[in-house]
Amino acid sequence: MTENAPIKHLLGIKGLSESHIQTIFETADNFKELLNGPVKKTPALRDITIANLFFENSTRTRVSFELAEKRLGADTINFSSSSSSVKKGETLIDTVNNILSMKVDMVVMRHPAPGACIFLSKHIDAQIVNAGDGTHEHPTQALLDAYSIREKLGDVAGKKVVIVGDILHSRVALSNIYSLQLLGAEVMVCGPATLIPKHISHLGVQVSHNLEEALKWCDVANMLRIQLERQDQRYFPSLKEYSNLYGLTLEKLQRLDKEICIMHPGPINRGVEITSDVADSKHSIILQQVENGVAVRMAVLFLLGQQRL
Amino acid sequence: MSQPKLLISQNKLNLIIKRFALQLIELHGDFSSTAIIGLQPRGIQLSKRLVEAITELQPETNVKYGELDHTFFRDDIGRGEIFMPKKSHINFSTENLNIILVDDVLYTGRSVRASIDALMSFGRPKQVELMVLVDRRFQRELPISPNYTGVVVDSRSTGEHVKVDWSLDHPQVWLLSSKE
Repeated sequence: MTENAPIKHLLGIKGLSESHIQTIFETADNFKELLNGPVKKTPALRDITIANLFFENSTRTRVSFELAEKRLGADTINFSSSSSSVKKGETLIDTVNNILSMKVDMVVMRHPAPGACIFLSKHIDAQIVNAGDGTHEHPTQALLDAYSIREKLGDVAGKKVVIVGDILHSRVALSNIYSLQLLGAEVMVCGPATLIPKHISHLGVQVSHNLEEALKWCDVANMLRIQLERQDQRYFPSLKEYSNLYGLTLEKLQRLDKEICIMHPGPINRGVEITSDVADSKHSIILQQVENGVAVRMAVLFLLGQQRL
Repeated sequence: MSQPKLLISQNKLNLIIKRFALQLIELHGDFSSTAIIGLQPRGIQLSKRLVEAITELQPETNVKYGELDHTFFRDDIGRGEIFMPKKSHINFSTENLNIILVDDVLYTGRSVRASIDALMSFGRPKQVELMVLVDRRFQRELPISPNYTGVVVDSRSTGEHVKVDWSLDHPQVWLLSSKE
């Protein structure tokens, strides 16, 4: 972001270098220290206004971004498509341009269409942070996931990470693959054949359809939610069968001869991809991921916010 | 100005650091309620040498020492220059402590203002004092004044800058024209 190739937008992990990510992590370390102190706010972005445009439902990401913006002293506008003129047929560019005409400097956008942020970046001047675009990318989630692995295991390089579940519809999976590989981790995807993209091995990842084998291989298991809202057909016979084959249970963990780190980007469907006793166990860093999300997003906004002139 | 001017020789620098240490011992005693905090990046060398000097003069003293980065509290973020934060290390509570902020050069006062704000994010100290090696007192843009000063530079020229060179075996402080 600031080294070698300055980046105006964060549209995806693709386009970032390892040094960009390390810069984000080092900055996030400083913000995490600040967030753990008695005063959690800085005025670093007090001059800028950020619009959070959420054309798709979100809890964690929206709240995390909003908190990060407020902690940095930025002014924020929150927009959700369900209560806006988008319902009246307004186009994306019209909606955004109307908001930008109110002197907004940065846009944090979630949109159901893959590539929506890239499209928008070609038509507006404001800086854009992708908060998830369809099945394409979710860069800040991948950054906070890698940051959480680094925090838990000391480093990402050399670690083996398996991403389990609905890889086909997951923007988290794609961004995670890019970021983990940039940082030197080995990545495997695991799930039913119908939920693994056909040519995903071209990205340099291993593919497994056997969860127990994948768990034996990995240091970290990132369990993804089945994205029923994006599925236009049935990809497996029943949730129960999926859960039996690909759900992470305490029994499966106890059969391993080592401890592995369990992650989940949320929201969790307890009893489907992960059981409660695993999600709430000492192996799980799910809540640390959420906590780190604020520091990582503060780092991204701070680094981008410096480059608006 | 064409020739660099030696502001502080190595011998004088040692004397100044010793004077600082004696002043602090006189005013803060056993340092039980006082901490020294070096300002990132250029106040760190001076603050470390200061702690060494205090410990040498008063070996039983356990000086609380920290390092503070003010990047997130600057007033010029987004105005052209890119700032990368450095680490803050303050592993003690600053509540009700006397804090000595240490920097090499006091110029406009804006870094010190940001540092005071950064310090306050760690808690509410009882008192904050400022120690600088070089005070360029006629260049101030904010009403900030040091409590302890090594030397004063009265030049009004903005075409000059002070270079504190800690990298040599013989650390020295120079006044240079900005082209140098």
